[in-house]
Amino acid sequence: MSKIVRTVANQLILFIFIFGLYIIIHGHITPGGGFQGGAVIASGAALMIVAFGSSRIQKGIKEKHLSILESSGAVIFIGLAFAGLAAAGVFFFNTLIGSPVFGHTPPTGPNPGDIWTGGIIPLMNVAVGLKVFAGLSAIILVMALASSGEEVEE
Amino acid sequence: MLEIAALHIIVPVLLIVCAVFVARAKDLINAVLFLAAFSLLLSLEFYLLQAPDVAIAEAAIGAAITTAIFVVAIRATKREEE
Repeated sequence: MSKIVRTVANQLILFIFIFGLYIIIHGHITPGGGFQGGAVIASGAALMIVAFGSSRIQKGIKEKHLSILESSGAVIFIGLAFAGLAAAGVFFFNTLIGSPVFGHTPPTGPNPGDIWTGGIIPLMNVAVGLKVFAGLSAIILVMALASSGEEVEE
Repeated sequence: MLEIAALHIIVPVLLIVCAVFVARAKDLINAVLFLAAFSLLLSLEFYLLQAPDVAIAEAAIGAAITTAIFVVAIRATKREEE
């Protein structure tokens, strides 16, 4: 793409990533969550792939690395579920309730929202966001590489 | 409230107009861009119908990612419809 597109993409990418991270981290108190935030971050990755070309992105981030990220998102999610099974004998038990990290009791009535609530739900949002971001980015990267006529590295 | 009621008329009409342009466009890049506009209007409609969760997902998936995938796919084939 042209130099104008590349410059604007360079300026925008940070804001897109920060907005996606905001949607993921505030997933348990505001609209949005892991899937929506991951899709926003993946759209930023799509912007970079379209602006800079897939072969140039391929030098830094390979599809293999994105596959590892996606799998680690799934492993974190299911690991948190099994942590509940190990701690209390119930699958998906919310082990963090009552602890200082994400364990506060939610305030009642009109309030600005407490980020340290929800137990393991914010952590699961992060895991889902990682999986969605890596999966959608890998799809776009592989499609862009395949249509540019170069060999896709397995 | 009257403005919201007017938007419930205007946005679906614009959706239909965008859909007709998508179906009738001969240049496939034009069709994809109208599809992106369709997705943005659809996410606005979801937001008006009190579903901000769906609106965020529609804006990210419909307007950004499917557009990128379609543009990449069209680049590998022919741009003009037969």
